Amino acid sequence: MKVLVTVKEVADVADDFEIEGLEIPETFLEYDLNEWDDYAVETAVQIAEDRDEDVEVVAVTVGPERSEETIRMALAKGVDRAVRVWDDALAEADLLDPTTTARILAAVAEREAPDLVLSGVQAADDGFGATGVALADRLDMGWAAVVNDLELDDSERPRDDDEAVTRASVRRELEGGVEELTTVDLPAVLTIQTGINEPRYASLRGIRQAQRKELAVHSLADLDLDPSLVDDALTLSGLSKPESESDATLFEGSAEETAADLETVLRDAGVGAE
Amino acid sequence: MSATDVLVVAEHRRGDLRPVSYELLTAGRELADATGGDLHAAIVGGDVETFAESLDCEGVDVVHTVAEGEEFNHDVSVAAVTALFDALDPAAVVMPNSVNGLDYAPAVATRLSLPLVTDAVDLAYDDGLTVTREMYGSKVETAVEVTSEPVALTIRGGEWPATDDVGDATIQPFEVEIDESSIRSHVRGFEEVGVGDVDISEAEFVVSVGRGIGEEENLELVEELAEALDATLAASRPIVDSGWLPKNRQVGQSGKVVTPTVYLALGISGAVQHVAGMKGADTIIAVNTDPDAPIFDIADYGIVDDLFEVVPELIERFE
Repeated sequence: MKVLVTVKEVADVADDFEIEGLEIPETFLEYDLNEWDDYAVETAVQIAEDRDEDVEVVAVTVGPERSEETIRMALAKGVDRAVRVWDDALAEADLLDPTTTARILAAVAEREAPDLVLSGVQAADDGFGATGVALADRLDMGWAAVVNDLELDDSERPRDDDEAVTRASVRRELEGGVEELTTVDLPAVLTIQTGINEPRYASLRGIRQAQRKELAVHSLADLDLDPSLVDDALTLSGLSKPESESDATLFEGSAEETAADLETVLRDAGVGAE
Repeated sequence: MSATDVLVVAEHRRGDLRPVSYELLTAGRELADATGGDLHAAIVGGDVETFAESLDCEGVDVVHTVAEGEEFNHDVSVAAVTALFDALDPAAVVMPNSVNGLDYAPAVATRLSLPLVTDAVDLAYDDGLTVTREMYGSKVETAVEVTSEPVALTIRGGEWPATDDVGDATIQPFEVEIDESSIRSHVRGFEEVGVGDVDISEAEFVVSVGRGIGEEENLELVEELAEALDATLAASRPIVDSGWLPKNRQVGQSGKVVTPTVYLALGISGAVQHVAGMKGADTIIAVNTDPDAPIFDIADYGIVDDLFEVVPELIERFE
């Protein structure tokens, strides 16, 4: 079995960040593995650990050379090898339509022919929440979005005379504390929600091993993709800090003073009344 | 002549239209006014006739009903919406940015080769479409120009007012041929989660804790505060994801909606998913070290400070 995990190094902005034109200067950006992808990596590694057969876990990312450090962390947690796609054309694009990202990932997925693709529900930076499902449709695979529980069953036969397939029984986390119980046969793409497991920390041994694991780099041309695909229909035309809509009364001073002010508000609202 | 009509796709679950459906009508009507076209609404599955009557609101020109299945199935939705799109040739198809919306909208865009912008919080149309959306967990607002039409969009819930005045739309059944082999996901049922000994949605006073608590051991401090205030302890998503508190304590879109007299948010940044679950509280008080945290946008009272400084002082005052 082969499991492909899509991962992304995402930026977060520092508390006192500034915006210059259509960019946030590098000094205000902090990079890390996308939180949702961390859960997807853990899901993949657990599948590899739990199954009797050999499972190869491959991570794929679209990102610059800087992101290799982050990708190595996924390798250190148990991913077997990684593929990174980057291109001058991508470096110049300010914003990618999630369906464009899906096209690039699909080119890698077609070469890897995985049985299962795991993708984070969304990226913490641009928050499109669409790449995994777009990828599934492009690959002509089944899918399930926002999965917070997953079991694989190998004995399922879609019809009596069919060969056995592996079926994923998943829970999809809907709004309002309701979960949908859904089945989808592999090959499939599942988008993984936070909380599905407890992502491990990389061990020192894992970090050492990760340095020796394969991390292949492909350009768009290597994947037979035309670099012009990044000139998609979306253009970033504005970047700003949202205007604060706050009309909160702020209590200032020492903790002792602010706690006293807060006590007044709480008691006025009936807290502490017997 | 380019396309001008707008198609919006309503959402239902377990017998009810979801509120975002009526917000889609508002967003769709605004967009159709700007493009100079008609507003088409679609409902796929469930009791489509009853749903269609509800969706027949002011400003809606046609409601298309696709009587396929009881509950949402993304394969059915993709087939129905793409077929409707082909039949109507609209300038935009607008879907909800809900869990189910994100389970089919990207496939609709892929299959129709449309640009896709999700989680829109505002739409402006002037020659072309510009979508306002947020990045970096609501810390940055972006304007995204869409340079080709037609386009696929999803809109965030709660950003547009609901349309509810009765209209005079034409209600039209729409037949879709659905190939059984194209249905690859099967819904077996639903389960309510987070039921347990405590129902935070009934609480009068809520002390809620977020990522700012740092470590599981520190929960004792807020538990002590909740006890001193005779309040119910709740949490934002990261605390429940980490397994520090059970799911029935989670406030937000995927957890519980709470409407207490007082909501005291400790170390909670105020992500949109969290706010969806607590904005109905009478008095919202936030303690957070980051003065730009979105929680202060909806708070009535705020303290920009470390919760570990303020909470012990507060406990002392109520013990």
